[in-house]
Parts: sequence; C-alpha cells; structure tokens
Amino acid sequence: MTLAEYRKRPPDTDIHVEPEEAGHEPGAKPHPGPLEYARIGLVLAVVTMIEVAIYYMSVSHTVLVVALITLSALKFSLVVLWFMHLRFDSRLFSQLFVGGFLLALSVFFVALATLGAKLT
Amino acid sequence: MHYDGLFDIPFTSVSAFVLLMSSVSMVLALAAIQRDNRRGLQIWLFTTAILGMLFLSGQAYEFTEFYHKGLSLNANLFGTTFFVLTGFHGAHVTIGVLILLSLFTMTLQGRITQAQSLNIELAGLYWHFVDIVWIVIFTLIYLIQP
Amino acid sequence: MATVIGQRQPTMAEALRAARGSSYEGIWSWLTTVDHKRIGVLYGASAFFFFLLGGIEALLIRVQLIVPNSGIIDADAYNRLFTMHGTTMIFLVVMPMSSAFFNLLIPLQIGARDVAFPRLHAFSYWVFLAGGIFLNISFFTGNIFQGELGAPGAGWFGYQTLASKQFSPDHGVDFWLFGLQILGVASLASGFNFIVTVLNMRAPGMTLFRMPLFAWMTLVTSFLLIFAMPVIAVALFELMFDRLFDANFFNPVAGGNPLLWQHMFWLFGHPEVYILILPAMGIVSEVLPTFARKPLFGYPFVVFSGIAIGFMSWGVWVHHMYTTGLGTVANAAFGISTIMIGVPTGVKIFNWLGTLWGGSISLKTPLLFAVGFVAMFTIGGLSGVTHSMVPSDYQQQDTYYVVAHFHYVLFGGAIFGLFSGIYYWFPKFSDKLLGEGLGQLHFWLMFIGFNLTFFPMHISGLLGMPRRIYTYSGDQGWDLWNLMSSIGAFVIATSILVFIINVIVSLRSARRAGPDPWDGRTLEWAIPSPPPPHNFDEIPHVHARDDFWHQKYTEDEKGQPVPVVAGGAVEEDQHAGDGHGIHMPSPSFFPLIAAIGFPIMATGMIYDYALVPVGVAVLFTGIYGWAFEPATEEAE
Repeated sequence: MTLAEYRKRPPDTDIHVEPEEAGHEPGAKPHPGPLEYARIGLVLAVVTMIEVAIYYMSVSHTVLVVALITLSALKFSLVVLWFMHLRFDSRLFSQLFVGGFLLALSVFFVALATLGAKLT
Repeated sequence: MHYDGLFDIPFTSVSAFVLLMSSVSMVLALAAIQRDNRRGLQIWLFTTAILGMLFLSGQAYEFTEFYHKGLSLNANLFGTTFFVLTGFHGAHVTIGVLILLSLFTMTLQGRITQAQSLNIELAGLYWHFVDIVWIVIFTLIYLIQP
Repeated sequence: MATVIGQRQPTMAEALRAARGSSYEGIWSWLTTVDHKRIGVLYGASAFFFFLLGGIEALLIRVQLIVPNSGIIDADAYNRLFTMHGTTMIFLVVMPMSSAFFNLLIPLQIGARDVAFPRLHAFSYWVFLAGGIFLNISFFTGNIFQGELGAPGAGWFGYQTLASKQFSPDHGVDFWLFGLQILGVASLASGFNFIVTVLNMRAPGMTLFRMPLFAWMTLVTSFLLIFAMPVIAVALFELMFDRLFDANFFNPVAGGNPLLWQHMFWLFGHPEVYILILPAMGIVSEVLPTFARKPLFGYPFVVFSGIAIGFMSWGVWVHHMYTTGLGTVANAAFGISTIMIGVPTGVKIFNWLGTLWGGSISLKTPLLFAVGFVAMFTIGGLSGVTHSMVPSDYQQQDTYYVVAHFHYVLFGGAIFGLFSGIYYWFPKFSDKLLGEGLGQLHFWLMFIGFNLTFFPMHISGLLGMPRRIYTYSGDQGWDLWNLMSSIGAFVIATSILVFIINVIVSLRSARRAGPDPWDGRTLEWAIPSPPPPHNFDEIPHVHARDDFWHQKYTEDEKGQPVPVVAGGAVEEDQHAGDGHGIHMPSPSFFPLIAAIGFPIMATGMIYDYALVPVGVAVLFTGIYGWAFEPATEEAE
C-alpha cells in the first residue's frame, strides 16, 4: 500500500470516518520498479560528475552559475519526482508544491527589489 | 570573507555522491518491501544507513580540517553561516540514520512486512528530503563561489 | 481493571498500563488523556492561569506609572515585567486560549470523533505547558531575595543587539529564546494536526463550504502557524548561536546584521498577529448568527477574506520597520500592502454588521462580548490604518499610540472574542450556563475598564510619551492620561474577578443547561452536554450549512423560521447506536514523557551541557514508546 492509497483508506481506529468517494485520486499511479530507480540513480551520478567537471572548467562566472543551478535543479526534480513519488501521486500535490515554490520565489525577488538588496 | 583553497572539492563531491546514492538505496529498500522482499529490504536499509554514516564521517573530517585551517563558528560571518547551515543538515542526517537503524532493527525482528511498507515510505520521504537539501547546499555553498 | 497486581507494588510499567485502562477518572486519566475535549479544557485552564499571571505583570506596570517619578519598580525590573507581560499574553494566553477552542470544538463542529492524531495532540499541550513553565521559571533565576528578577528584559521582540550577550548578559534572554523555541514545537504539532483533521475527518456531506466559519478560521490559522513558526525558530536558533557559542549572525563587527533579526522577527510577527485574531473572528462569526437568529451574512465573503488575510499577512512586515531606514521604495510598497490588508478585514466587519441587521437579537452575554469585539476591533483597525501611513508612523513609532493600537486589536479584539466564546460554549462542556447577571456585570466592567485604560494611551502617545519607559517627569502633560490608564487597569482586574466568581457559582449551581441552550446552529449543539467521549453515537450526515438549524427549522413563504414538527422534515439518518463498540484511541503517557525532555534539554543548554543528553534520552524514551505502543489497546 502506498501513501497515496493509504490516504483514501480508513485508518485503523474507528474515530475516522470512511470518505464517501473512496478510490483513486486523480493522477495517482502505481510506483515504478527497482530497474527504473537504478536508471534514475545512474542519471543522478552522471549529472553530479558533470557538475564537478564544470567547476574545474575555466568558464565565465555567469556561465558557471547558470549551468550549476540548472543541473542541481535537475537533480532536485529527479529525486522529488521519482524517489519521493510526486510523479506517481495525486496531481494536486504537484500543483500545490510547484505553485507554492513559484509564489515564494516571486515574493522573494519582489521583496529583494523593494528593499534595494542584491543577491551577491 | 572566503578562505582561498578552503574547500576540498574532490572530497566533498565524493561525500555528496555518497548521500545521493543513499537515496537510491533507500528507494530500492521501499521497492523491495512493496514486493514483499524482506531480505532485500534489510540489505538496502542497512546500505542506506551505512552510506548516511559515511557522509557524516566525511562531514566530521571536513569540519575538523576547516577548523585547523582557521575557520570556526565565531571567526567571521562566513564561518557562522557555514557551520550552522551544514551543521543543521548534518543533524538532520543523524536523525535520519537513527530512523533507518530503528527500522533495520525492526526488520531483523520480522516486524516489517509488505503490509507495513508505509513505514519505509515515510522514512524514505524524510531521507530524500535531507538529500535534496544537500543537492542545493553543495551547489550553492561549495561549487558556486563569488 | 485492577490496579493492584498480586500482593506486591506494581512496577512502573504495570502501573502506567493500568492507568491506561481506567481512562476516565483520577489524575492519571488527565495526564494520559488523548480526548480532544479534555485537552481543550487543559489548554483553557492553563491559558487562564497564565492570563492571571500576565495580568498581574500588567497591574505592576500600571502601578509604577500611576504618578510621575514613581520609584516602586526600578528600571531593570520594569523591563523584565513588560517583556514577560507581552510574551505571556501572546504566546501563553491568546494562542493557547484559541487553541483550547480549536481542541474543544473542531471535531464537534465537523462531525468527527476526535482529531486526526490524538496523541500528537496531547503532545502539543504538554509541550506548551512545559514551555510556559520554563519561561516563567526565569523569574527566579535572579537574586529574588534582593528583589532582582531574572526574567528576560529585552522586550517580547528581542531586538538585536539589545538581546545580545553583551547587552543582556544574564540568563533571562536565554530562557526567553528556549521558551519560545519549545512553544514553537507545540504550535507546529497542533497546526499540522488541525489541518489534517479539518481536511480529512469531516463527516459525510460536510463539504468545505458547509463548514462552520470557526472551522475555516482554524484551518487558515493552522496554515499560518506551520509557515510562521519555522521563521521564528530559525531566528531563535541564530540568536542561540550568537549568545551561547559566540557566533556572528547579528554581530555587526564581524559582518553580521542586526536588522536581519528584525526582518525575520516581523516576517514571523505579522502573520502571528493574524494567528491571534483569526480564531476570535471565527468565534464571533459563530456567536453573531446564533443570537441574531440569522445565518451569517455573506458566508463566502467572510471565508475568502479570511484566506486573503492569511496570504496578505506575509507581505506587510516592513510596516514594523519604517524607521529603520530601508528606503522610500520599501516604505511605500509596504505602506500600500498594509493599507490593502485593511480591505478584507473591513469586508468582515460589514458582514458581521449585516448579520446583526434585521435579526431578532437576544442581547445575552456572549453577544455582548461579540459586539464589543466588533466595535473595539474596528477602533484598533482604524488606528492601524494610521500606522500604515509612513510619515504618520514616523511620529507614532515607539509611542503609547502604538500601545493603544495593539491593545485595541488584541485585547478589545482577541480577548473580547475569546470571552464571547467562553460564555457561548461553557454550557456545552460543563452543562452549566454562566450566570447572566454576573456575565453582564463582567462585560460592562471590562468594557469600561478597557476603554478607560487604553483610550487615554492614544492621547499620551500623541503627546509624545514613549513606550517602555519606567517613569516620566511631571511636566510633560502625561499625568492625567496615565492616571486614567492605571485606574482602568484595576477596573479590568475587577471584571476578571467577577468572571472567576461567575464560573465558581455557575459550576456549583444545580441548574442544567441542556444540550442546546442558545438554539444553536452547528453540530456541537445536536449532542448532549457535556459530550460523551466519542462525541457522536452515529456520525452525522450533513445536508446544509448550519445543518442543526435546518433540522430544527424550515422557512415559511416570508422567509421566517418555523419550527419543524418533531419527526417532520428531519431525515431519518439515525440508526440505532448507543456508543458501544466504538473504539476510541487509548490514553498514553508517552506524549507527556516526550514533552518533559524539552525543558531538560533547554536547561542543559543554559547551565550545564551534561543535562542535554538526559533531556534527549527522555525525549527519545517518549518518542520510541509512542511509536511502538499500539494506538488502540485491544479490548479485554
């Protein structure tokens, strides 16, 4: 039983009430197998190597920053989507997390701008 | 603020890699118990805990090195933020290792079967969370330096 | 279940296990309870105790200020008193008192038998109590026999670098920061608990937009809690590293930034203001419809303005910092956002007026307090708008005008709202109505005393009297206003005495209130008073907003309520059910044990690190025991 299934199932104690429309949440899918996980692990390993390689390349600071942030965002997303099963869970959670993240990011930059602060 | 040549990038890359791979072994533990493979669960849980402890030893070594090079919590603002940020991460990894070892003990007692795979999934969520934080820290603190 | 095992004394484990079985009598049953109603009562009683404590601190402050050049309390003790007064009233009174109402009412209002995580719930309470006691113990760390208090003295806001080791060298601020850190754990635990409870445990048919407004405000407040408490936790950890380990977060000499503290504190502090007021708004939104015998006017508007306040509360924190020199762009931007947050608040005020308009009003004590809330909160809101104007705020910053403003919203608002709730729901949980005569007396004394205390502060503030000064000279024209404030404070104290007498007298009276003394509208009035441990014999099926009202009344062609003839339109949902065979979560002592770990750890951090592992061990004993005990004991 996965977490997604568990949420739609009445827990052990009788204090909980069975929801009216028990069943699958929209977008919830079964988890993938070990092979798929191993493949993602390989990608993560390769990306880490690329990151370190970029660090040793003599590229301009801007290129370095952009490349490294993009790559770590990629790793972040892979772990969240596959290992934390966001991809296989209800779509509501993806919307909530991505929406919340974008909102936080925009508030962060607006606040920086109004306070006249810079990142570096 | 920065100490030139303070960071040992090859060393920290290896420990970042170790933590990343512990996420893989964690998810393999979950996949094993979801298929009622208790032996696989034991092996992968133990691997994850070992990798976590390896990461912690790396951090302990790194902290000691930095301290000998003159970077300490109260040396300057960089020392303060560096040690508090990575230190809090290390504390979370330590709690994660405790959770993993507790679960491993439970598997030895045969208390975790397919029906209890939720326990492993929840521990896994925590573990991956700690991992993705390190993905960000490693890039922002170690690789990108002004 | 027998508590004596053979002829020998029972072992600790056996005694605890036995205590688990006899769940509804004796002190053990209170220490191990996971029943949301009992935890609610504990929350309320503790918060009221701290309310008296904070009130005594306030009275001492007012005694000192009653005449100019008074020397009853010295400057140092005065600083500690106002710091503890503010910290106590916010973290140990209004928050837990609101939490008491969440605990008591949420499962009843949404038709559930308990909260989602009953033991986590008990844990919240015990951690709160541990934090509150820990914070107040700091009084005794000074040289008490020479009249030196040891409490924190850097203000409830703990500004840097005032709260640094250099300028606050004794342990007061350490107690403050660890105390708040502990209280934060309690708030987080209860925040998560109520979000899950409201989202997942509603009775069939209880859609989100059929929920009572109080449940909505609980949901919004809980979200604010889980996002705001981590911000203050980070700030407090940084303060901890600065004070205990000589780190440099707020140390300008080493490149740190004292202003960072203010940003983080108010980024937490402003949502916190709404954490304090939204529950009271929820209470008032329940009381007004009942006593006007009309549904809440514009329910969706009230809900959405509550949510809007929740979001907007994150974008106004700089209005606490206009005078720190952040620049015109920042001041203008946050000035605008602060004016804008007045809009959803105003929407609510008009909806409450619309609820009363044309209703058949019965002017009982709960309604008096609720109406008092609306009026006083409006005054506080208006003076709040004057703070949003930057040039005006430059004049008012750190004067008594600000003190007047936030007492109008937090006392005139939150405390009046909470008393309204106490009078309204007291009969539900005690089966005794609070005396109406004493109640009216309580209200009018408190209302007059409140305005006598805090209205003159507007004037003394505009005349330039700064906050946090322990005395003043007689030639400033502040004497009269301070005298009035001090007299008012004692009138408020008298009104609280009347309330205490009222509670004692009412609890001793033999008159029973019955399940539905106010002709209520929501589900909690449909079950007996006090509610049985399992709340509902049969989980209700909800068909409408204000479901219980619709079970009792239909409307005639003019829209007037007409009582339903017994057995008429009530849908026959009631299957036979007498509460037998319902498994409730078993009591547990582990939440209490886990909670005790925190103050031990904190004491260790302050005095001797050797105690820290002891605290950790206690905490882990609690957590592991908790994790491995079955949630429900097998029926024997």
